[in-house]
Amino acid sequence: MSELLQFVLSGVTVGAIYAAVALGFTLIYNASGVANFAQGEFVVVGGMTAAALITAGVPVYIAGPLAVIAGMIVGIGLYKLAIKPAGKAPLVSLVIITIGSSIFLRGVMQIVFDKQIHRYEGFSGDEALRFLGATILPQSLWIIGGSIFVFALLAWFVGHTKAGRGIRATASNRLAAVLVGINTGRSMNLSFALSAAVGALAGVLATPVTFTTYDAGVLMALKGFSATMLGGVGNPFGALVGGFAIGLIEAMTAGYISSDYKDAAAFIVILAVLFVMPQGLFGRRTTERV
Amino acid sequence: MSLAKLGACASALALLVATPALAEIKIGASLAVTGPASFLGDPEAKTLEMLVKQLNATGGINGEEVELVLYDDGADPNKARTFATRLIEEDEVVAVIGGSSTGATMAMAPLFTDAEIPFVSLAGAVVIIDPVKEYVFKTPHTDRMACLKIFEDIKKRGMSKIGLISGTGGFGKSMRAQCLDVAGEAGVEIVADETYGPGDADVTPQLTNIANTAGVEAIVNPGFGQGPAVVTRNYAQLGLKMPFYQSHGVASDSFIHLAGDAANGVRLPATPMLIPGKLADDDVQKAAVTSYIADYKATYGEAPSTFGGYAYDAFNMVVNAIKAKGSSEPQAIRDGLEETSGYAGVTGVYTMSATDHLGLDLTAFRMLEIQEGTWVPVE
Amino acid sequence: MNPTLKAFLITAALVVAGALIFPSSYYFRVGSLIWINTLSVTGIVVLLGYVGLVSLGHAGFFAIGAYAVAILPAYGVPSGAAFLIGAAVAGGLALMVGRPILKLSGYYLAIATLGLGMLIWMVLTKESWLTGGPDGMVVSGFNPRHWFAAVGIKMKTTEAWYWLSGIFATIGVVLAVNLGNSPWGRALRAVHDSDVAASSLGVDVARAKVVAFAISAVYASVAGSLLSLANGYITPDTAGFMHSVEMVTMAVLGGAGTVYGAIVGSMILTALPQVLTVVAEYEHLVLGAVMVATMVAMRNGLVPALAALAHRWRSE
Repeated sequence: MSELLQFVLSGVTVGAIYAAVALGFTLIYNASGVANFAQGEFVVVGGMTAAALITAGVPVYIAGPLAVIAGMIVGIGLYKLAIKPAGKAPLVSLVIITIGSSIFLRGVMQIVFDKQIHRYEGFSGDEALRFLGATILPQSLWIIGGSIFVFALLAWFVGHTKAGRGIRATASNRLAAVLVGINTGRSMNLSFALSAAVGALAGVLATPVTFTTYDAGVLMALKGFSATMLGGVGNPFGALVGGFAIGLIEAMTAGYISSDYKDAAAFIVILAVLFVMPQGLFGRRTTERV
Repeated sequence: MSLAKLGACASALALLVATPALAEIKIGASLAVTGPASFLGDPEAKTLEMLVKQLNATGGINGEEVELVLYDDGADPNKARTFATRLIEEDEVVAVIGGSSTGATMAMAPLFTDAEIPFVSLAGAVVIIDPVKEYVFKTPHTDRMACLKIFEDIKKRGMSKIGLISGTGGFGKSMRAQCLDVAGEAGVEIVADETYGPGDADVTPQLTNIANTAGVEAIVNPGFGQGPAVVTRNYAQLGLKMPFYQSHGVASDSFIHLAGDAANGVRLPATPMLIPGKLADDDVQKAAVTSYIADYKATYGEAPSTFGGYAYDAFNMVVNAIKAKGSSEPQAIRDGLEETSGYAGVTGVYTMSATDHLGLDLTAFRMLEIQEGTWVPVE
Repeated sequence: MNPTLKAFLITAALVVAGALIFPSSYYFRVGSLIWINTLSVTGIVVLLGYVGLVSLGHAGFFAIGAYAVAILPAYGVPSGAAFLIGAAVAGGLALMVGRPILKLSGYYLAIATLGLGMLIWMVLTKESWLTGGPDGMVVSGFNPRHWFAAVGIKMKTTEAWYWLSGIFATIGVVLAVNLGNSPWGRALRAVHDSDVAASSLGVDVARAKVVAFAISAVYASVAGSLLSLANGYITPDTAGFMHSVEMVTMAVLGGAGTVYGAIVGSMILTALPQVLTVVAEYEHLVLGAVMVATMVAMRNGLVPALAALAHRWRSE
């Protein structure tokens, strides 16, 4: 029994990170219709910046926010330099643009930082907490709490603030939003900045557990897609649930089936979801207009 | 119609920009400086560059300067093979060091054999020198040797039932296969066999499964990169107490840094590079180890890793071969390499022969234990 | 001029031009890679350019062909037959998986193909008893030099490979252009513009998509078999996500709508890393920047952009 609990705790820890990636991904997709293959790089920017600052002696409670801000800057940069100039480009161009951006970012990080693996101390220390025969690291609680908190914060922001409603309006129908006087450019900037912030925060929280290195972003983005598909593209709650679900599926596969194919779990899930219920768990069924 | 041709001409022109050949002795290298194996290739490249600079500052070899032609293959065998052709044809090197990964090495080896250019690989798999190929040598200990050394220590401590948890990358997978292969002859039994992916953040399910296996006495973790650090942290998190062995893939200070306190008590086979201060004064490797570490720190501001050490020894053996033979012709270098005897390098004492192009035996490994965040030799 | 003949002449001319100007084996080696890439990217053009479907997993099919010629000879199958078997497996897999996958569109399709490619990569990496695992396996097969020697032409191995891959690429290009201009090809292009309109004209849209998918898979597989034999060694990364991205980028860079785009895209992206070795530290940076800049500035690719330029220049 404690075995199962251990697997669950493991899955939930990893799942929280996937959820954060999926959440950020959903934000950008909702705002701009772009599937951002560079989403994983935001996580790495957050983690690497925080690690670099902490190594340089900056206290964690300053390094963290600074790292998140660094992520936001990268996000805005991505929008302004790569996505906005592309305008109404066809799907394949947008895919290549975001993938190209992620390659570019990786190149930059190699140079600005280095190619080593980094980590720093957990915020509440590294002693494991024991709980009904299973263990969990305090940092894992930070990660899980962080993901849920971010989700709640975003939900409040998008639902109850003017800027947030601007984002929703722009995402829903850009032309209409312009017509009612919403500054859509600012809304787009904000969406990208928020998405990157979410990713960077995930990176900052996760590094004590997962470590960080300049090329960790690719796999993370792929797992994040998986989570988004499972939860339903465009639905933030779906992203949250999807992330945790993928984490749990992976942990159960490793624990009960075969640790070899644990990574395959995420991709099998993608295919299964896409074949059987493309709209995911919580997505809306879209009808294509002719 | 002419546009496609225009495009073709432009590209062809770009290709024709080749670096002109000027220096005296050209040694080539194709390493994984970037990419998933940069853990290996980056220190290797830095070491080679440092050594070449040092050598030229003291007049080169027999008065001739050495030029290093270094390419970054990113551990991609496709790229490596192209660079191999380039090194042979365009740069006309007399010896090659490299192939940080087994894949890149195996893709390049046939070309160097055909061109009769000696090739010293920096990759781990035993297939590189077994069966022996005339022009192919290697410096890193084989994973097979690491398994034997670990099993030897386990038996010394009176245990025999082992749980394996390996990374699924090339290094971990290859070492796992070797461990399974030699377990019988070493007198140990593998009772649990789990794996984890290279980017995994949590392996508590796998460790839990191993811990729950009846009779398991020790855990061995073949792998490198961040995986072993995660495994080690999870091992401590779960409160496991049985003896825990890592592989030579994490024989570096960064492992202790990443694994933190959890690393205390972990044992692994390593080169003396990790214990320079604890080597006896009459240890033949002491001089090389201390000077390498000091020079690398002075040049790059950080301690070198074992992988850099393999490049160090490969380069020095090539240089020694040239000096011994008094010639920098590829054939002479090859013969000189094969005649290496008792070369006390930083990763071991090498003695090659026509049937042994690795030149190391189990004594090249020292069993180390991590105590209070530092490396301590185990007697 | 008959477009198929035109395509043949241009491609053949490029192959011969290369053979004439290349001074050493190194250039022939890069040239072989260019033609092998041209072959696989032509398949992408058929799928993306003609029908308009984005696949981010085609490296999986490439790897099937590559591993077929690596694995089968150990069981007594000659390399030539292994080529065909690999192509058949790739095509068969595409037909099987194609039906459900191609019901999706846009990003869903792209991600589904990505998942497929990743799964193929995983199987190749995990099943080391068959594939040699992540370290890969040696590939022994024929050396085309012997064929040319048999008809009295002496040449080095790299040169022979250049000619062989050039011949394959030419055949591939000609077939693709022929397909594009055939009634079948026009049906494919109709699907590109609008599924619904095409189906209202009587085109069996689902079948058209699956067949295009299978054709592009076969192209990839044959290219993979060639590369595997030319390299003498193969690793699972050949099936990786980055390789799939590379294939699509080559198509899109050159111009996915036309097979000439495949040729130009392959040339540029194969030669670029060789040229960038002088600034190896910045390779990723430059590559990423090139990808973004091209898509922003010339979203239809290089060939159409140059064609438009030439057109404007000519009409002034």
